[in-house]
Amino acid sequence: MLIKAVTFVSNLVIPLMIATICVAGYIKKVKIYETFIEGAKEGFAVAVRLIPYLVGMFVAIGIFRESGALSILTGILSPPAKQLGMPKELLPLALIRPLSGTGALEVTIDLIRRFGPDSSIGRMASTMQASSETTIYVITVYFGAVGIRKTRHSPIAGLLADLVAFLSSVAIWRLIMSLGTVN
Amino acid sequence: MINTIWLTLIVLGVLTGVATGTSADVTKAAIESANEAVSICLGFIGIMTMWSGLMKIADSAGLTRWLAKIFAPVASLLFPSVPKEHPALATISMSIAANLLGMGNAATPLGLKAMEELASLNEKKDVPSDAMCTFVAISTAGITLVPTTIIAIRAQYHSHNPAEVVMPIILMNILATFVAILADRFFRPISKGR
Repeated sequence: MLIKAVTFVSNLVIPLMIATICVAGYIKKVKIYETFIEGAKEGFAVAVRLIPYLVGMFVAIGIFRESGALSILTGILSPPAKQLGMPKELLPLALIRPLSGTGALEVTIDLIRRFGPDSSIGRMASTMQASSETTIYVITVYFGAVGIRKTRHSPIAGLLADLVAFLSSVAIWRLIMSLGTVN
Repeated sequence: MINTIWLTLIVLGVLTGVATGTSADVTKAAIESANEAVSICLGFIGIMTMWSGLMKIADSAGLTRWLAKIFAPVASLLFPSVPKEHPALATISMSIAANLLGMGNAATPLGLKAMEELASLNEKKDVPSDAMCTFVAISTAGITLVPTTIIAIRAQYHSHNPAEVVMPIILMNILATFVAILADRFFRPISKGR
């Protein structure tokens, strides 16, 4: 019900936003069509400027994903992850999530299929997947769009946020299930 | 930092490929990923061009200044270096709003536009400003109120309550955003001038 209402509003927002901008421009006597074209030229340049950044990052991530390095890394990192309370089934998801959006979604779907959406693993995986972003992709695209190669402390800040989100996603479901509010 | 991540991914991938005999897959992955990256960028062209055009109208009509004013109390806390009525603040707030509503295909173009506007305030051209790092940190935390994709997947696999994850997800989102903002503040002086 709530989801339906939110989806309904979301579907309305963009058309209304476009109309509001154009009508407001017209009222304020802006030459809306000419101004649109002028601004649009800049957008084209941004998309093209992105290409080398995204190719560089995607090639590295592609090599890593298809080589099978992920499963080896999962094996190595399993014991320390367990110390932090992360079940070993969820470790591949935590490792791929910051790197690849589609890769992470595949892992999440696989976990939900294997363990069931209402299992503890299924609930934790759902929460991990949706409470984080593809950090490295966002950094690549956002800095790439303005042609900046140095990223300063952005990767650390973003990855730290992901780590906290992953560990807390596991912890919050342990807490909810131990309280017995869901079964 | 980004150099280390890049090198690690490539070296680990290539070494594993050689050791486990998946080198052919690795080669294929490298080429396919390069193609995929280009097609994503090409896919961006249309939507990016559209939003840039619309934002230019919004700017000329004074809409962005108006929106920046509303957002000003929060913005001056998060982005103290950005002037109060600067269009960057309006674009930032629109990008964050689009993320909150789960409109990813509007959020990214608006985010990129905001980065451009922040870049116009940046004195050094090759090093990101504090404001740019803060905005990227917030964006990497990925805040949303409607996790539609995960609800759809859970429903597809016959969950008894597909939407039961929404509250935990929102809580974790808020937590992650706080961590990103705090981490940005903490590491900012350390990474100055790098």
